[in-house]
Amino acid sequence: MIPALSPNAQWVLLSTLILGTASGIVGCLAYWKRHSLMSDALSHAALPGVVVGFALAGTKNLPLMIAGAAASALLGAWLVVGIRDHSRVKEDTAMGIVLSVFFGLGIMLLTIVNRLPGGNQAGLDSFIFGQAASMVRKDVYTMAGLALLVVIVTAVSFKEWKLWLFDPLFARGLGLPGRLMDAAYLTVVVLVIVIGIQAVGVILMAALFIIPAVSARYWTHSFGRMIALSALFGGAAGASGTLVSTMGEGWPTGPFIVIAAAVLFLVSLAFGWRKGVLVGVLQRYIRKRRMRRRTAPGTF
Amino acid sequence: MSYDGWILLTAALVGLSCGLVGSLLILRRMAMMADAISHTVLIGIVAAYLITRQLSGPHMLIGAMAAGLLTALLVEWFHDRGVRQEASIGVVFTTLFAIGVALIATRVGNVHLDVQHALMGEILFIPWERIDLPLIGSVPEATLLLAVVSVAVLALILLFYKEWKITTFDPALAASLGFPVALMHYLLMGMTSMTAVAAFDAVGAILALAMLITPAAAAYLWTERLSVMMALACAFGALSAFPGYYVAYLLDTSVSGTMAFTTGLIFLVSILFSPRHGIVAKRWKNKRRQTA
Amino acid sequence: MTRRQLLQTEETQTGKTRTAENQTEDVIAQPENGGTAHARAAEPEVAAAHTVELTAAEPGTAVMQAADVSATATPAAAEKPSAAAQPAETPPAKRKGGGDPEEPVLRVSDLSAAYRKNRVLEDVNFSVGRGTLTCIVGPNGAGKSTLLKVMLDLHPRLSGTVSFFGTTYGKVKSRIGYVPQRGAVDWDFPADALDVVLMGLYGQIGWLKWPRRRHRELALAAMEKMGIEHLAKRQISQLSGGQQQRVFLARALVQDADLYFLDEPLAGVDAATEWAIMETLRALKERGKTVLVVHHDLQTVREYFDHVLLLNRTVIAHGPTEETFTRDNIARTYGGALRWLEAGVV
Repeated sequence: MIPALSPNAQWVLLSTLILGTASGIVGCLAYWKRHSLMSDALSHAALPGVVVGFALAGTKNLPLMIAGAAASALLGAWLVVGIRDHSRVKEDTAMGIVLSVFFGLGIMLLTIVNRLPGGNQAGLDSFIFGQAASMVRKDVYTMAGLALLVVIVTAVSFKEWKLWLFDPLFARGLGLPGRLMDAAYLTVVVLVIVIGIQAVGVILMAALFIIPAVSARYWTHSFGRMIALSALFGGAAGASGTLVSTMGEGWPTGPFIVIAAAVLFLVSLAFGWRKGVLVGVLQRYIRKRRMRRRTAPGTF
Repeated sequence: MSYDGWILLTAALVGLSCGLVGSLLILRRMAMMADAISHTVLIGIVAAYLITRQLSGPHMLIGAMAAGLLTALLVEWFHDRGVRQEASIGVVFTTLFAIGVALIATRVGNVHLDVQHALMGEILFIPWERIDLPLIGSVPEATLLLAVVSVAVLALILLFYKEWKITTFDPALAASLGFPVALMHYLLMGMTSMTAVAAFDAVGAILALAMLITPAAAAYLWTERLSVMMALACAFGALSAFPGYYVAYLLDTSVSGTMAFTTGLIFLVSILFSPRHGIVAKRWKNKRRQTA
Repeated sequence: MTRRQLLQTEETQTGKTRTAENQTEDVIAQPENGGTAHARAAEPEVAAAHTVELTAAEPGTAVMQAADVSATATPAAAEKPSAAAQPAETPPAKRKGGGDPEEPVLRVSDLSAAYRKNRVLEDVNFSVGRGTLTCIVGPNGAGKSTLLKVMLDLHPRLSGTVSFFGTTYGKVKSRIGYVPQRGAVDWDFPADALDVVLMGLYGQIGWLKWPRRRHRELALAAMEKMGIEHLAKRQISQLSGGQQQRVFLARALVQDADLYFLDEPLAGVDAATEWAIMETLRALKERGKTVLVVHHDLQTVREYFDHVLLLNRTVIAHGPTEETFTRDNIARTYGGALRWLEAGVV
């Protein structure tokens, strides 16, 4: 472990590492399902649930708050789909509605709860921007357990995920239980979101979902490798962002994790050797030289 | 005007400007862009502060519009490099917002912006910060800003009404007829930024988004005509403001949160009971069709 | 001589132009889905481009898209040598209705289905005999794709029954192969052609297991039949439309099914690929398999298919092409005055 950090900081570092990895993996699945921004809607939708969980327990009780967040996020997901399926309102609009209305409700409840005796201001507010530093060892175990579940679910049915994401119609034709895949997908998404909002907050959770996956795309053409790279980038962003945030007093972890992820993204965009900008420029250059050689006078 | 009066007027102006812009946004499926812009205006405000060392209205407005346009441009840029639309939006807005928050949190240049305020606004403080205008007297600064923005938005919509209509409905046709489709797009993004930042001060980013999207979506379920939709969107926005304020007062909770939630309730009523597109109406029509 | 050269000489002998194999490696198959500001509003609909027929169309309107598309997509159609390999005439016992001693491979009764609020299928009744090559034709919105999906339980039905090999779909799933429309898939997905073909075997491989060497070999063999084994490691985003369609077909072949459903397999493919696909389907028929194809090109119905089903929300006519694909039936299916009659379709 890093000697310069206190034991608590080390636990925090470990947890953001785990979180980054898990959200990198699930973010990949969401990317191919074209649901990247759904994570934004769901993470905002989780806020009322967190507050209710807290209110029920009277004190900070992570498992209950996570359960509340999950229930709230799932309700949000159900509403988005419901609105889309039962009216002419389109999916992106439905996401915007759920996002802002649920978040508004969350803020309403949060303000009320903060005024109650025992309303731990810092604890709940940390869900908005993330304050991984408020996590303790027990929390880390919870997160690690959930993250492990995510990894197992993804690895075990790897080829089923691949098929289902690429061609869901054919997958159903083959007999792949579409409903099961849908449920599993939603479960891992919600799980990662609810464990993640503690570290990066509801607003920035979407970043951890989207940025590592998009970055990985630039380095590989293989689905498996993309997931692995995304996990790596997510974990790296989580760890380095947290490290940076320790350099200041009371700095929230969320923004720095996101900035770290963004840096990785820009590097991938520029230098990624499958689709990066630099490689594209090089390829065009090489092609031009070949063309010039072929049409140079005297070569016919 | 009374204290309450100013607050309600401010909220009504938010409803007006957001309803107009929001109608176009949801028809163009730009709800998520609106989400993005309502967050990235924060970095515009921070940048404006760092440059001018003041938190005054006009500077914030310019900073926010610059941020909004930057957001739209960056999203296009990444999209052209092969990043999927949604992912581009996600990358750009979260990163810009994170930078904004980081700048504030690290007190770079002593930016004394309260991020909570940026998110949730504090409409209750609006009537206290006033500006003196000739003829009208003392007016809250935020309300003035909103009034200016509302007038500007209304003017832009009326002036270019048929351009908005055609570029929203059929951009390919519009382009072939020579309408400046890309220009209209960026103009709309600019209007969104303007509206978002004007609403920011009063009600924060969250409500700004709720006011942009939800009343317009509710209006969409009641009518087939664009003009009626826009008018309804403004009405619904204002309608959420009034009970929202009073309920927040009753429950002693965040005003903007309650107003945002109220927009949701209006939407719920619309999606259930709209005579043309509501779920109840559709079920009833199906039953009639089956028994016929 | 390599296998590829062998394929080339075979095809030049039948007079077909080999356009597919001349693609450079820089071909990007699908048009970029990305858009600038002005295309933004249309973007979410791109994936739905091929399902445009699912929007309800009044049966009376003359929707001649099918014929128009065929005129531009297959310019070589007029020069097809009449000596293209024609399989033996199908036995007369495969007529609709009585006289067929075997249980039909597929029997549909009183089927109806809706898409969103509209009824797209009403009172559909037909049966398909073994070893036949049937096409389903009809105007846009006639319910052709929906029919396929409803039969395969991919779309809910309002009423009716479908029986496969005398029993329900669930019991014989492994004997049925489905090739969906090409446009329904994101070709940007990180996979190579072999990956996609292997997907056809996922049912056989089983849930928690990995594809083994023999699965890979089966996949390669199927790709060889379609002439694309050299594309095994090629990124699918770099395949041309014709190559993509062959990948889909190879994926179906590898399942070794007895009954195949194909949704517009010839839409937007080059002449060489069209020939390759039809050859494959004829070979399947010769081996006793049954093939049902949603087809868009009225001009090629007589040449390619021994049975035809004319669909416009309900079955207008069904049976052997000779007797069923008549001017009258076509007029009833498509409605209105039809200018292509002069082009010599019928």
